[in-house]
Amino acid sequence: MTTIEAQRAHHGEGTELPARRKRKRSPYPSWFYLPAALIYGVLFLVPTFASFYFSLTRWTIFDSHFIGFENFVNFFREPALVSGLTHTLVYAVVTSSLKVVLGLLLAVLLTSQIIGRGYLRSVVFFPVLVSTIGVGLTFTVLMNPERGLINESLAAIGVQGPGWLTDPSYALLSVALVDVWKGVGLATLIFIAGIVSIPQEYFEAARVDGASATASFFKIVLPLARPATVTVVILSLIGGLRSFDLIWAMTRGGPGFTSDVIASVIYKQYQAGFYGLSTAGNVILFLVVTAIILPLYWFLSRKEVEL
Amino acid sequence: MFDVPPRRLLACAAAVVSAVALTACSAGSLGSSEEGGKTAISLLVDNAEATVKTAEQVVKDFTAKNPDITVKVETRPQGTEGDNIVKTRLSTGDMSDVFFYNSGSLFQALKPEQNLVSLDDQSYAGQLDENFKTTVSAGGKLYGSPFGTFMGGAVLYNRKVYERLGLQVPKTWSEFMANNAKIKADGKVAPVIQTYQETWTSQLFILGDFHNISAADPGWADKYTKNQAKYATTPAALEGFQHLQDVHDAGYLNKDFASAKYEDGQRMLALGEGAHYPMLTAAIANIAINNADKVNDIGLFALPGDDAASNGLTVWAPAGAYIPTSTSGAKLDAAKKLLAFIASPDGCTSQAKATPPTGPFAVEGCDLPADVPQSIKDMQPYIDKPGGSSLALEFLSPVKGPSLEQICVEVGSGIRKAPDGAALYDRDVEKQAQQLGLPGW
Repeated sequence: MTTIEAQRAHHGEGTELPARRKRKRSPYPSWFYLPAALIYGVLFLVPTFASFYFSLTRWTIFDSHFIGFENFVNFFREPALVSGLTHTLVYAVVTSSLKVVLGLLLAVLLTSQIIGRGYLRSVVFFPVLVSTIGVGLTFTVLMNPERGLINESLAAIGVQGPGWLTDPSYALLSVALVDVWKGVGLATLIFIAGIVSIPQEYFEAARVDGASATASFFKIVLPLARPATVTVVILSLIGGLRSFDLIWAMTRGGPGFTSDVIASVIYKQYQAGFYGLSTAGNVILFLVVTAIILPLYWFLSRKEVEL
Repeated sequence: MFDVPPRRLLACAAAVVSAVALTACSAGSLGSSEEGGKTAISLLVDNAEATVKTAEQVVKDFTAKNPDITVKVETRPQGTEGDNIVKTRLSTGDMSDVFFYNSGSLFQALKPEQNLVSLDDQSYAGQLDENFKTTVSAGGKLYGSPFGTFMGGAVLYNRKVYERLGLQVPKTWSEFMANNAKIKADGKVAPVIQTYQETWTSQLFILGDFHNISAADPGWADKYTKNQAKYATTPAALEGFQHLQDVHDAGYLNKDFASAKYEDGQRMLALGEGAHYPMLTAAIANIAINNADKVNDIGLFALPGDDAASNGLTVWAPAGAYIPTSTSGAKLDAAKKLLAFIASPDGCTSQAKATPPTGPFAVEGCDLPADVPQSIKDMQPYIDKPGGSSLALEFLSPVKGPSLEQICVEVGSGIRKAPDGAALYDRDVEKQAQQLGLPGW
């Protein structure tokens, strides 16, 4: 868009909107934009629109047949999909809310005057730096129902641990917990930044007025750290909705289909060579994420303005 | 239904071709050199350890006999990624001079009539196993020579456990379940081993049961391909799913079936911690490496069905060695010599030297070495008996759904009931058939 407007401005052909033309006049010649536009077009625009088209076809590397919305119909008939959708939402909500709550609590702790604060902050952040696949494989070993460290420790205190990843009713939540462990560091970091940016005067004033610690948390920290909360909610919700790597490393959607999320359903279709079907799945995922995040973002940031 | 506009297709093709050319030209130019009167050919194999080891042994023995030919072994990834490489290189005329690839439905997907050199005129064509020949033939012509051996999909059992409890090899499902009941009553050993941490291992009760289906209805595979027969509605076919559910519901599985891996299953069977493990005989090759002293404790019987008389073994055909049409001149002659060597008794010996055979060879005159493990010997009576064995469904029909393993895990761990699982698999298969563009779907 920028390129077109810049070109129009450069050639001075548009007779309407002269004021706008003047304002938009760029200090650079229009060919200057060409490389970036080319890269953007080839790497982002073309594939995006191509994928919309190919989601309506049944294709292989060499040919494709237009089949209308059959892929979408098939995808919604995919038995794993309906459960996959629910799993995705459960996973996103669980990880997102736990990250907000735990992240905020950790941030309050790590902004208070405690010993070794810098060290503790880096310890909390450390899991974020480790490769997701590595974390997944490690926890798969730890969560082994027979020989894993977690269940052996539980057995030592006389508790029979569940099959974390092999019991259909726990598998998804177990993965979500690992995701929280891995991701809470980032949430904490954002909250720390939010809390630190609150001017100290408010706390001093509250103290003079005799406010308790709880009161200053709920009346000062919580409302004034709202931008941080919004960021964490949005980031972790998007992350949760499109989560794939950790789930794939730990359960591959199993046992059976009990921890399948949309992304892993799509991946399996691609793996099986159903390219059209998986393209359709990606279009659906795109729409779902947009449909959830856009209104949420709009809602959260409007609240922020009202404050 | 209408096709892609030609211009788009051209652009796509150009992009693909240039990408492929970049990666592939080095390999091609390496293979095309002729130094000092020697013909150099290239051989493409998948990168599984056993395949590479066997291929290298075969090449070594082949070039010792043919000093004027050199063979360079190239590798490719396994699975779908490897499939794509093979198909792309074939379509762009850039394939190695010889390549190894699956027989059966995957071979059919290579469009053999266009892409491969027919081997009907070769002297060994008449010495190949008929079952194998159908899996590497298209349009009535033969295109491949066998690499590797047949594999059985059967119940591997621990003979020590059978001896101790005085059990007989079962011929029917009810005898099998009766044995399981006795083993469970004994209390020391898990009657049936399952290893659902590696999901593919869950499919043997269904895939290995195919002989029993085709014994009940010889034309089933054909009807299945034409969308006229279904797992859920054919009683004989549904039984595989039912069996999977039955062993779970009766509590016959090893305690850690949900988290155990393929390797754990092999170990439990070898050490006698479990009595039965429905598995491919490829597992025997691993047990021969990891528990060499126990490998002869393991025996084999075909998956039991309803009828003792028609009970038989389901076998997986060896892979094939193929020559693409892009190979020509002196290299074509050298390539044909290599295939002839692989399909000769010397070639079989060479392969057996590298890795222990997992079943009989598909070449007449190739006998198994005398020291072959007991379970492989147990396959022979089934193979020798007329009508005692059939090829697995995947060699007779291109229709195989990708989610069978997950469905099997669900049925086998009590998450889903057998009829529901079979119906779900029928729907899964539909997508595959449509993607392949089969008529009638």
